[in-house]
Amino acid sequence: MNETTLLKMRGIDKSFPGVRALQQVDFTLNKGEIHALMGENGAGKSTLIKVLTGVYPKDAGTIELEGEGEVSIHSPQDAQNLGISTVYQEITLCPNLTVAENMFIGRGKGAFTNWKEMNADADKLLQSLDIPARATQQLSNCSIAVQQMVAIARAVDMDCKVLILDEPTSSLDEQEVEKLFGLMRDLKAMGVGIIFVTHFLDQVYEVCDKITVLRDGQLVGEYEIKDLPRVQLVAKMLGKEMDDLSDIKGESDEYKGNDAGEIVFEAEGLVSDAGIKPFDFHIRKGEVNGFTGLLGSGRSECVRAIFGADRVLGGKVKVHGKEVKINKPIDAMKNGIAYLPEDRKVDGIIGDLSVRDNIILALQVMKGFFKPFTKAQAKAFADEYIEKLNIKTASADKPIKALSGGNQQKVILARWLLMHPEYLILDEPTRGIDVGTKVAIQKLVLELASQGMSVTFISSETDEMLRTCSRLVVMRDRKVVGELSGDDLTQNKIMATIAGGE
Amino acid sequence: MKENKTSIFNKMNDTNLLLAITIVIFFLMYIGAVLFQGGGFSKPQMFFNILNANAALIITACGMSIVMISGGIDISVGGVVALVSMCCAVYLDKTESPNLLVSVLIAIGIGLAYGLVQGFLVAVLDIQPFIVSLAGMFFARGMTTIVNTAPFNVENQDFVALKDTRVNVPFLGSYNKKGIYVPAYIEIGVIVALLVVILLFVVLRWTKLGRSFYAVGGNKQSALMMGINVRRTKFLSHLICSTLAGIGGYVYFLHVGSGSASHAMGMEMNAIASSIIGGTLLTGGVGNIIGTFFGVLSLSTIQNIVASAGLDEAWWTGITIAAMLCLFLLIQSVVMAQKKKAIKA
Repeated sequence: MNETTLLKMRGIDKSFPGVRALQQVDFTLNKGEIHALMGENGAGKSTLIKVLTGVYPKDAGTIELEGEGEVSIHSPQDAQNLGISTVYQEITLCPNLTVAENMFIGRGKGAFTNWKEMNADADKLLQSLDIPARATQQLSNCSIAVQQMVAIARAVDMDCKVLILDEPTSSLDEQEVEKLFGLMRDLKAMGVGIIFVTHFLDQVYEVCDKITVLRDGQLVGEYEIKDLPRVQLVAKMLGKEMDDLSDIKGESDEYKGNDAGEIVFEAEGLVSDAGIKPFDFHIRKGEVNGFTGLLGSGRSECVRAIFGADRVLGGKVKVHGKEVKINKPIDAMKNGIAYLPEDRKVDGIIGDLSVRDNIILALQVMKGFFKPFTKAQAKAFADEYIEKLNIKTASADKPIKALSGGNQQKVILARWLLMHPEYLILDEPTRGIDVGTKVAIQKLVLELASQGMSVTFISSETDEMLRTCSRLVVMRDRKVVGELSGDDLTQNKIMATIAGGE
Repeated sequence: MKENKTSIFNKMNDTNLLLAITIVIFFLMYIGAVLFQGGGFSKPQMFFNILNANAALIITACGMSIVMISGGIDISVGGVVALVSMCCAVYLDKTESPNLLVSVLIAIGIGLAYGLVQGFLVAVLDIQPFIVSLAGMFFARGMTTIVNTAPFNVENQDFVALKDTRVNVPFLGSYNKKGIYVPAYIEIGVIVALLVVILLFVVLRWTKLGRSFYAVGGNKQSALMMGINVRRTKFLSHLICSTLAGIGGYVYFLHVGSGSASHAMGMEMNAIASSIIGGTLLTGGVGNIIGTFFGVLSLSTIQNIVASAGLDEAWWTGITIAAMLCLFLLIQSVVMAQKKKAIKA
């Protein structure tokens, strides 16, 4: 082991039933280094971290720590005792206790709490790390950034050698992020090795020294930050080489009505409380467009703002050129907008209701709860779409949770199609479903557009977007950074725009 | 003015803020009673009578607060109090040469046993505390009837002597119609209750265990991540609560001097109400023993006001308590909302 090497993970394997989450992954961390761990969703970042912190046992491989040799870590407690501390995205502190208590509770010996000593120690530590908080403050009175820093202070004080920051910045604003980076640089100067997991490219290039990229559970490589331009990084994360052209624009009929090209929906300076920057957006009759960008870049937040699913803070919205207010999903629905949410388990299906009830749900809401559909009506609606979308279910009375993921997705799609929306938003409609259904849904999108519906389509798979969309809005770090259409719709262009900067 | 407010909010944590509200409201209410009802309320003994009658409630409510701060609930305490009174009554009255000390041990033993079982079910088997203590409540009520169906008074001489022991409070007596000085007094139970309050206050404030109760009630997952033994903490919260219910049961028994299956009906609800009035949040993580103490006092003061206003029917008391609970919760939520606003600004 090299003198400056702090942590060495070699040949790490980890499988879950049906998935090989990590295959022969190596990871090396040096003293006084900020090391970014990058990869798209499912790349294995969090699995690697959980193996390192003892949350998951590893199937194969070795972990070596400076001064300890090879170690076996079976629980987060083990990891902590070895000097590996983790600060998670959600703050794992107690909001009802004071700052000092949050730093010291659960540690030390003896049955009594010495407040005086604890507060003094806490204040000293807060000062040395330049954290703007007082020991006696209640934690919930501090800003999220300060809370995050208190969590770090706790970790640092526990003699940590390796500090893992798992997306600590996702709920912070720019100034708060700056403060956090200051703290990270101080720790780096003290010789702590920091593993930094984030989706924000700018942040990686601002503070990190090295980058390790994972993809599909495999190590892509370890790079010095200066050797890896952004475009290359994005290419490595997405697994597409720059010259790997894949121009497979789908062949489909365009909508040819009289009102083709009319702007159906228009937003100006729209902004919500989900942390996206104000953005402009429009969609025309019969158009399919999409939001693209890395995970966490704000794709979903944009469409949620359009639909009124997050609290809208400002901006103008026009439907068919007329200004309207969309503050709640029902406002959007009344204006002919439908939204298929990203996480169908959370936002979409009601598991114990039947397939039929799930299909007619949105239409029922529009009609009013006190004017129920007759059994016959409901049956007719449900049967029509079960056939149209080829939903595989034993009967319309089956609870929806008994269906496969792809079929659940189709049921939700049916729910919105039943309302005959003018503008349909599909957020990751193809995630976690089989290839056949994916293709079916893509075809359906193009077919709907050719009938005059406007569709916004979001997918993590760029291929899919290229195949279906005629215009792409590109996002980075919660900002719209570009718009691509026509000949610009290529993998290369998308990656270059996502990477931005240099 | 506004800046001033902000700094107060910032200085106080939630627990102290709610405690301050409780104490202020209690004193306002009591002063109001003295001014407008006069009569009984102007004599110190009225206050001590409230203590005498509610010593058992203070003890059980303190236990309840501990469980609630840890994020749980225990609705079996009323049942335990009844069971303890009945068992002790039967022991003292129906066995040969009973010993007072043994009866105390019986009371504590029943409480401990309850705490062990309920704590195990909640902490180790992860069953909802509401369900566990609901079963515990039915079991205790049932057992009380099995031990002895008919209510009866205890005539054991040692016991009666202890029951009638009065501890005089210096200086605060009053003169009766004939001009004779009648000292103010408290019963033994009140001393026990005050000791419990002080002890638990110290535990909650200055011991690691006490702070663990707050941590677990504040955020169970975080507490676990910070190395707190969550199961152990939950277990101990129930153990303390039930044991205090046992002790409270004995104090109750000492006050009423009888065993009956219908004793302490709804006491668990009074204990919960007192804790809430005292600033303990049902969601856990926030609360204070001193607050609970004042919560009990507020609750019983209002009962007394209602009674001395001539509205003696039980339903009047119920309605007033309901109104008061609403008022307290309203004030609490308004103040907490103000605090949030002040911090954001």
